[in-house]
Amino acid sequence: MTLVDRTARAAAVATRRPPARPPATRDSLLSYGLISGYAVLTLAFGLLPALYAVYLAFTDATGGFAGLANFTKAVGDFRFWPAVSHVALYLIIWLVALVLLVTVLAVIVHAIRVRWLSRTLRFVFYLPGALAGASSVLLWLFVLDPTASPVGGLLRLFGFDSFVQVILPGNLPVIFAVIAFWTGAGGWIVIMYGALNNISAEVIEAARVDGANAVQIAWRIQLPMLRKWIAYMSMMSLAAGTQLFVEPQLLSQASNAVVPNDYSLNQLAYQYAFQQNDFNTAAAISLLLLVVALALSAVFVTRGGLFERE
Amino acid sequence: MVRSSRARSTRSLLTALGGVAVLALALAGCGGDDSGPTAGAYGFPQVAQDDKAPITVWVDADRVKAADAFKKAHPEVPIEVVTYDGSANGSNSFRTKIQLFDRTQSGWPDVVFSTQNNDAAWASQQSNGKQAFAAVLNGGLVPQETLDNFTPGALNPCTVDGKVHCLRNDLAQVVLWYNKALFDRFGYQVPGTWEEYRALGEKVAGEHPGHIIGTVGDAWTPEVFFWGSKCQANEITGPKSVTVNTTTPQCQRAASMLDTLIKNGTTPNVSVFTPEFVQKYAGKVLMMPGPAWYAGAIFNNPQSLNVPAGQLGVAPPPAWQGEEAVTGNVGGGTWFVSSHSKNLKAARIFTEFVTTADDYQVALAPGYPAYGPAAEKWVTKQESSGYYATDLKAIVTAGTSIWPGWGSGIFSQEAVWAKTMTPAIAEGKSLVTLLPEWQTAIKNQAQVDGYTVG
Repeated sequence: MTLVDRTARAAAVATRRPPARPPATRDSLLSYGLISGYAVLTLAFGLLPALYAVYLAFTDATGGFAGLANFTKAVGDFRFWPAVSHVALYLIIWLVALVLLVTVLAVIVHAIRVRWLSRTLRFVFYLPGALAGASSVLLWLFVLDPTASPVGGLLRLFGFDSFVQVILPGNLPVIFAVIAFWTGAGGWIVIMYGALNNISAEVIEAARVDGANAVQIAWRIQLPMLRKWIAYMSMMSLAAGTQLFVEPQLLSQASNAVVPNDYSLNQLAYQYAFQQNDFNTAAAISLLLLVVALALSAVFVTRGGLFERE
Repeated sequence: MVRSSRARSTRSLLTALGGVAVLALALAGCGGDDSGPTAGAYGFPQVAQDDKAPITVWVDADRVKAADAFKKAHPEVPIEVVTYDGSANGSNSFRTKIQLFDRTQSGWPDVVFSTQNNDAAWASQQSNGKQAFAAVLNGGLVPQETLDNFTPGALNPCTVDGKVHCLRNDLAQVVLWYNKALFDRFGYQVPGTWEEYRALGEKVAGEHPGHIIGTVGDAWTPEVFFWGSKCQANEITGPKSVTVNTTTPQCQRAASMLDTLIKNGTTPNVSVFTPEFVQKYAGKVLMMPGPAWYAGAIFNNPQSLNVPAGQLGVAPPPAWQGEEAVTGNVGGGTWFVSSHSKNLKAARIFTEFVTTADDYQVALAPGYPAYGPAAEKWVTKQESSGYYATDLKAIVTAGTSIWPGWGSGIFSQEAVWAKTMTPAIAEGKSLVTLLPEWQTAIKNQAQVDGYTVG
């Protein structure tokens, strides 16, 4: 909203002063109605459980105040730091790949002038994302088993002759990053494509007149103008990535626990809650995750200028 | 919305749903009836009994037959059958669900079947001050005569501090399965000791490469090879204490034997439940130490090795030279009665039926019955099927020679093995050098589950 807009609005309000609070019109009633569903659900399934988790994290099994005991127990657990490093490694690989590949692919698809080709590509990119999380992991269980995989030859080429060799601990961060990229990147490519469409044709035209080639346009015009979108994508993906759960959990069951059932932090929290009957420590781990994700998101928000207004 | 944020909101929604459900149930629990349990006649607190109350029974898919057989034999006892995963494959759903019922203080099933052997370890204990789930069965609820008829040692995984908390459905004693046709063709002798077994493995590697004499790819490898070798990896000494020493000579000898056999290709690191195993080794399994249920699950299974009738033989588990043969055990189901049941009588009748009655254990059960009299009849029936190339005496003897030095704690030895040892074997590391690492992993896991480790 520009300054001119605002002054004009203020003037308009000033002229129809008399009714101090305008009576609720049908429009605003409707908007309250529409928003209420969201508000109630957020409250019931977002905010209240989060508050309950805060309560649990600082109490013991009998409800007494526990101070930081749950946190020290979680951090002292022999599985905690390995889980942290697993998730961190996975996040680094995945986020870097996501930012680089999604941006490059979006710019390329956007540059394609053949309409049907561009449309088909966007559809193909998006397709894997249409599979729900768990079912796409199930699909990967087959892809990763050299004896059942449609790309078994490729796996054997890399020296993987059996499923166990594929899912060795060292390979897992890459595997999870590939699965996450495969399921998630398409949606982001479509969004980036939309963002590229929003860059005014005049700007691109002006650059072209000044003699910039496609690469220079991408690097000097499109990329800087996508900055906010990239920051947004990184932030959302980071939040999703720190909560890594479905992929290792399913792979763990499918491999009869060769992939450990405490690979990620969320799994560790799950172990505490549902195996060790210790909801308090589980809540402490989820709070730690929240704090870390918030802190990292803050970095993306400030560095990416997400809340800056033009 | 794109997938990542959708996934995120789904995840938080799920977490949230769980949280609210717990909250709601907790609140509901506060308003529940106040007819609390009273000290019972059977050695645990029980609620007011109602002989007419229907009982809820949890079974896995395979045990639906047991419930059906019961309905037919006892139409007068109303039961409601709920199918669940049997807590299999490390899902631990039995424990998870009971803990949630403990929080809400209502909803417990009356009888539960579990595929696991480590449930008595938690079900016999109070949890966060809540009454232990498992009813004590040897305090008068189940007649002593019935308990005495179980194969000696069969109720060990159910027994904590001298109290029996479950009835065993089947035994899973390790025996030596072998292909008699192959042995005859190659002119080999079935090994009676592990030393002979190892020597034969080395011979097979040279004379008939591609044939195998065992596998180490499954999580129960320690139960097949280390339990029978009297390795001190899992000596449960009390409800919350365990002694772990995996560097003893007993552990070393098993590890060193496996190192040789893994290296020469006769004991591959492949799970018997993978397509890879069937593809590579159908028709090439010379012998395989493994639990009694391997017969139906692997050998006589069209989807697996599909060994034709008249070839599969069974020999006693090998002994270590100069020692008496003892063996390990891989699972075997267990039946629990809830201490919260309103109709203990019906729950007891049901549990006794499914573990002891011929209608199920002999006529229908796929595994070797833990109940002695049923086991004898089961063996006769299997022998008369004409499938086996030998008699089944070896299974019967092995059933009574399970080494008692390997206990059933809360934590899963199989999960520890799978995550620490299986990948290391795949990387080509030697088991002998991995033994200390294995010990640390077991100790860590035991401590997390509240055990004192000696």
